[in-house]
Amino acid sequence: MAAGVAAWLPFARAAAIGWMPVANLPMPVAPTEKNKRQDELIILNVSGRRFETWRNTLDRFPDTLLGSSEKEFFYNEETKEYFFDRDPDVFRNVLNFYRTGKLHYPRYECISSYEEELAFFGIISEIIGDCCYEEFKDRKRENAERLMDDQEDNKDAKLPNMTFRETMWRAFENPHTSTMALVFYYVTGFFIAVSVITNVVETVPCGSSPNQKEVPCGVRYTVAFFCMDTACVMIFTVEYLMRLFAAPSRYRFMRSVMSIIDVVAILPYYIGLVMTDNEDVSGAFVTLRVFRVFRIFKFSRHSQGLRILGYTLKSCASELGFLLFSLTMAIIIFATVMFYAEKGSSSSKFTSIPASFWYTIVTMTTLGYGDMVPKTIAGKIFGSICSLSGVLVIALPVPVIVSNFSRIYHQNQRADKRRAQKKARLARIRISKEGSSNAFLHSKRNGLFNEALEFTSSTEEEQRLTKSTSLLESQHHHLLHCLEKTTVSNHEFVDEQYYQQSYLEAGLQNYPSRSPSLSSQDGVTGTCCTRRSKKHHTPLPNASGPAHMQPLTHAHTHQQGLQELSTIHIQPLTTSRSSLNMRVDEPASMNCQSSQITTAIISIPTPPVTTPEGDAHLPAGPIHQNVVKVSAL
Amino acid sequence: SFPPSFPPHPCFLCFPLTDSCDGDLELSMVRHQPEGLDQLQAQTQFTRKELQSLYRGFKNECPSGLVDEETFKTIYSQFFPQGDATTYAHFLFNAFDMDRSGSIRFEDFVIGLSVLLRGSVTEKLRWAFNLYDINKDGYITKEEMMAIMTSIYDMMGRYTLPSVRDDSPYEHVEKFFQKMDRNRDGVVTIDEFIETCQKDENIMASMQLFENVI
Repeated sequence: MAAGVAAWLPFARAAAIGWMPVANLPMPVAPTEKNKRQDELIILNVSGRRFETWRNTLDRFPDTLLGSSEKEFFYNEETKEYFFDRDPDVFRNVLNFYRTGKLHYPRYECISSYEEELAFFGIISEIIGDCCYEEFKDRKRENAERLMDDQEDNKDAKLPNMTFRETMWRAFENPHTSTMALVFYYVTGFFIAVSVITNVVETVPCGSSPNQKEVPCGVRYTVAFFCMDTACVMIFTVEYLMRLFAAPSRYRFMRSVMSIIDVVAILPYYIGLVMTDNEDVSGAFVTLRVFRVFRIFKFSRHSQGLRILGYTLKSCASELGFLLFSLTMAIIIFATVMFYAEKGSSSSKFTSIPASFWYTIVTMTTLGYGDMVPKTIAGKIFGSICSLSGVLVIALPVPVIVSNFSRIYHQNQRADKRRAQKKARLARIRISKEGSSNAFLHSKRNGLFNEALEFTSSTEEEQRLTKSTSLLESQHHHLLHCLEKTTVSNHEFVDEQYYQQSYLEAGLQNYPSRSPSLSSQDGVTGTCCTRRSKKHHTPLPNASGPAHMQPLTHAHTHQQGLQELSTIHIQPLTTSRSSLNMRVDEPASMNCQSSQITTAIISIPTPPVTTPEGDAHLPAGPIHQNVVKVSAL
Repeated sequence: SFPPSFPPHPCFLCFPLTDSCDGDLELSMVRHQPEGLDQLQAQTQFTRKELQSLYRGFKNECPSGLVDEETFKTIYSQFFPQGDATTYAHFLFNAFDMDRSGSIRFEDFVIGLSVLLRGSVTEKLRWAFNLYDINKDGYITKEEMMAIMTSIYDMMGRYTLPSVRDDSPYEHVEKFFQKMDRNRDGVVTIDEFIETCQKDENIMASMQLFENVI
């Protein structure tokens, strides 16, 4: 509940008198203020600077240091003030949080010192108001990234227990981690360069023998080039196999782009080995050699720039696609026009529309080779239109692509940021809403609990639980309780999950069996139903998760160490509620027509859930840390 | 002794707003200062310190000194996160805003609270009757009661066990009228209301429930 709204709680409670005449049931007892003291000023001395505020202001947030009894540790008897040896500038913001209910983050403050102060005073940073939240999150992210960069430099220190395989993979990915990796990196780079140069030089015509025409070097020094090629392919194959061995996920590695490039680079050699000097296939074999040029792409492992370029092209794919499409459209249009325009002229090179494509492309990109020129007047006119429009069609989309790219890039960044912040904001709102309603649901059980404690003598339980709900909360819960009582037939608040679950279970009713074990327990008479339900993951007594509304509970005193309570009696409850509280897998009897229902809550703070002796029905299964066994009699 | 001064004296403060400075100064900040502490002490049953504490809380939430209906609904809804409290808040607002000015001043607030917390049972019942009587004509009709009841059930929200049926408010209203409407004329007058409530132990007990809220 927000801080300032707490001031209106007395008003809301007073207004509840409006429900009284229409209510048919008696209202629950109001929580009493044990020591109702007048509001007093308290002095907070933070490193010499004195802040004063009302005690009520600090009591608004009982789970923080200043709002709870923790501040008594800092009380100075002589000066009658609370002394904190902390930063007074940041404390100003902390105190304003109590006053206004909103936590602000000042820009000039260092993010880590601010977070330390918040942690000291027990305030979670998610409470920061919307006005300052973005700034706070940005600074926090920057800080985290900086820490992460520092950490990465340290991460290169070899971890003690890495397997040989992991070491190898790390060496491949980060060449500067060890000398061996660096050597390997440079050697492979060298051989890639050698291989590419070899492929190029192979085709250069070397000096000719006197009686033959010029031959390319590859034909003249076949053996040398073959040895060179073999050596390179050897290295590449070994490298690929080593990477394959070291990869953490081999399947994923094989699908990655770099590994495909590796494979395509070395495959022609092996295919060439397999195929003999068969004249028919040697033509195809020659084409395969083209793929050897893919070896140059292996450089992208060595060059960050190439990778960025590739990524840029990939992300601009749609714009590039549009450019291509518009170009194609223009080419087809102009080719058709030129073809029909030049159809009449004799010895025209424009023999078909596809033949005109070449002319159109050359003209539009303003290359103008001159191998095809229009001869008719109409052809020349359309040719000039074609070249003019070519300039436009090509020149225009390029800046658009560039600006598009820049815009999309920034937009993505902003959209991601906004999405993350929106999610965080919704989560915060949901948590605070859930918190308030779940606090009520939880303390309802504890409310019954507290009534129970008046009959028992376990004082430690009482202390533990009464301190967990402040007076404000208990008053608020009393108000909600009155509302429940006002509406007829015991409607009560449940949380959403439980509501849905109970509707699933509503179909399953009327299990007639009894649990014999409970009747043997002391303090329990006339068992008619046993049912248990398990609470999900949150601990009692600070429950903030989904809670089952199980006012029908059963307790039995247990000899060893389980903190349990004896039974209490509460007012009669309708059977409809009990039927809905049943769990699917457990047998229970439906004879809860009895007007006396004993209830209590078993609180088991530590695992495992020890079952009561002789009760065979308890499932051994989900032994959660905080399982609440509740059952009704 | 001077007569208590009604109506209040609003004090207009003019701030030139940065986003509408076209030469016309908008009088958008309407501020209200309450009557003096002594007068309020005379009109209500609160002590001086209680009034001071009440005003501090009031002023914190509404620095302008006035609560309009939207703010009131927002504040009241915060206490009932699971349901929709706006309709009931609307009725409550009308019950507090006695002079139908459209906003609750601190005086209205404190006088209302004084009746609810420190008034006699009859006064409280009268206040409740005033709340139910939406058009303030002195009679509670079935339609008015139905509206009130629906708004109360709305505050419960959807997730209740057992769930609120559509005719739950209607049944409740029927029961209410059966109990309160003595002469079966279809409306409940103030006398019928007070008489019936005084005979009902539950109601009388619950009226005392919030004695020590402040």
